[in-house]
Amino acid sequence: MMAIIPLALFGLDVSWDATLRNVILGSVILGMTSGMVGSFAVLRRQSLIGDALAHAALPGICLAFMVTGTRSTEVLLIGGALSGLLGTAVLLVINRWSIISMETALGVVLSVFFGFGILLLTRVQHGGDAAQSGLDRFIFGQAATILPRDVTIMLVVAVIVLGVLAACFKELKVLTFDPLFAASIGVSPPLVGALLSALLVLTIMIGLQTVGVILMVSLLIAPAVAARQWTSSLAGMVLLSGFFGLVAGVSGSVASSLIDRLPTGPMIVIAATVIVALSLLFAPERGVLSTWRSRRTRAEHFRTILAAADHHGVSSR
Amino acid sequence: MSAPTIIMMTGALVGASCGLIGAWLVLRRLALMGDAISHSVLLGIVAVFAVTHSRSPLYMVVGAGAVGLLTVGLVAWVQRTGLVKEDAAIGLVFPFLFALGVFMISRFPTTVHIDVDAVLFGEIAYVPLYRLEFFGLDLGVKAIWTIGTMLAINIVLVLLLYKEWKLSTFDAGFAAAIGFSPVLLHYVLMAAVSATTVVSFDAVGAVLVVAMLIVPAATAQLLTRNLLHLLLLSMGIGASSAVVGYYLARWLDGSVAGAMATSLGIMFLLAFLFSPTQGMLARAQVRARQRRSFLQDLLVAHIGAKPGGVAIDSLPQDFGWARTTTDRALKDALANRRIVESGQGMLSVSQASALEER
Repeated sequence: MMAIIPLALFGLDVSWDATLRNVILGSVILGMTSGMVGSFAVLRRQSLIGDALAHAALPGICLAFMVTGTRSTEVLLIGGALSGLLGTAVLLVINRWSIISMETALGVVLSVFFGFGILLLTRVQHGGDAAQSGLDRFIFGQAATILPRDVTIMLVVAVIVLGVLAACFKELKVLTFDPLFAASIGVSPPLVGALLSALLVLTIMIGLQTVGVILMVSLLIAPAVAARQWTSSLAGMVLLSGFFGLVAGVSGSVASSLIDRLPTGPMIVIAATVIVALSLLFAPERGVLSTWRSRRTRAEHFRTILAAADHHGVSSR
Repeated sequence: MSAPTIIMMTGALVGASCGLIGAWLVLRRLALMGDAISHSVLLGIVAVFAVTHSRSPLYMVVGAGAVGLLTVGLVAWVQRTGLVKEDAAIGLVFPFLFALGVFMISRFPTTVHIDVDAVLFGEIAYVPLYRLEFFGLDLGVKAIWTIGTMLAINIVLVLLLYKEWKLSTFDAGFAAAIGFSPVLLHYVLMAAVSATTVVSFDAVGAVLVVAMLIVPAATAQLLTRNLLHLLLLSMGIGASSAVVGYYLARWLDGSVAGAMATSLGIMFLLAFLFSPTQGMLARAQVRARQRRSFLQDLLVAHIGAKPGGVAIDSLPQDFGWARTTTDRALKDALANRRIVESGQGMLSVSQASALEER
């Protein structure tokens, strides 16, 4: 199913300009993948790990450029993925070998990796290398720079990620809701946890060009939080979250392509946050408005009963 | 003062004030709230500039401080609806406010007049250019005055609230029971974090200030268990990162703020590996020592349980340990005179050890 929507868009031979088509394709792929993978991160209360991993990708991207001198996206993304994975490993080591709390460890990894990335990035820029402009786009995202071959890379990564997600759905589900039970039936929590981290890193790679390292976390969290308000089934939530991610991705990146001087990342984040706000307010059953209304109905009902009781001469005395 | 001295001094003042206030964040497990505040104050800075067209520190601190508190309030509010967990609430609120800030900067560059690069890593190299004048009198570099003032305010705040913050950090329930308001203390700390972040913006930007807030305190946590020492160490580490960072940046020809964060990372790594009490090596050593003495205890207990003694040759089978493990445990126990070797390769518990057991 994953492949159908992008292919349909390819098939639609509308006279869009090619850039816009790449932008839309890229954000469709990104939004769906990050929404679906993000659901598990949010449910496992690990959503901010995505933030640390995204920030941790920056030095890898810069190093890949400095070592190879190439601007081609796949090389830079592989560098980013490697340093993202290194960030995960550092998190685990800090957690295992020191009294530092998980929150603090996340903050340390996030800020030190990003700071080192900035040091490298500014070094490349000061070097006056003509190719340097290519690296900026990974910070706030610049969807307009997405080439057709970048879309192909994104699609391949997304198919891998979603394929693994579908194949391991049961394992991820049992790990998310009952890690002890998972361990007792032979699903190793550390192993599946590591698998989820790897999927997160890959998803972040898809998003770096569109949303950038700083705001990527929002696309992992926001669609999932919004989807959670509308359904209580995991499969339903994952699919809906993918859909919300898609809507946010497309509306944000189209807005940034059509309006001058708008980085894509912030626009996607704003779109995603609007979806969350609407969901929190208006979702049936869980939503703020619906809770408020049902509370009022119950209070009224209770008052009626009290009044009736009073009428019949029943009193608490 | 020469430009490098000014830059290092500014960085050191930023490091010290962030280190002091960040220590409380880390101790209260609010590191990520600090991350969130530092990102979202950008919106405050942009909004204040768009309205007043001034970069006066006073307006900035008030405006951005308000946005910082708004962040904390929004996170608390989203969490209180019961629909979103805390980590996700933080991850929803700050990217949104930060995105709004970046949106305004990119869309209205002439009104806002802040460079996107400055958001990321500040403009510490330009700090020596802006001087504070008072009725035509040149009082020196502006940034040193503002950040110095902030440091002084933070120190006074910590002196005034030391007891209250200490108690509410380590025993929130007791602190509330004897009448301290946890909410008020929390918001005072958050306001201090916001103000410190804003004042540091020119020097290190909105993103890298997180490193100054969290890493010095995390490093200090690995080196001491004493609160007062932790605060002082955290300030010292933050300040020294400016000097190390400056030279690192000059050597690599990159951003000073990025180099400051990098050098903080190196200091953290060193403390993580080599801290005498908490370091990974020290811990590994303790673990190895405990393991060795435990193996020795096991061996002695095993031999003591057999009245006739145990033959050396049967030991590897009895335990199923590797040859070297058995040998070492045996050697330790013999050296400590806990067991004795009689003739024909038989082992038995020594007199002293047997008495001790009893």
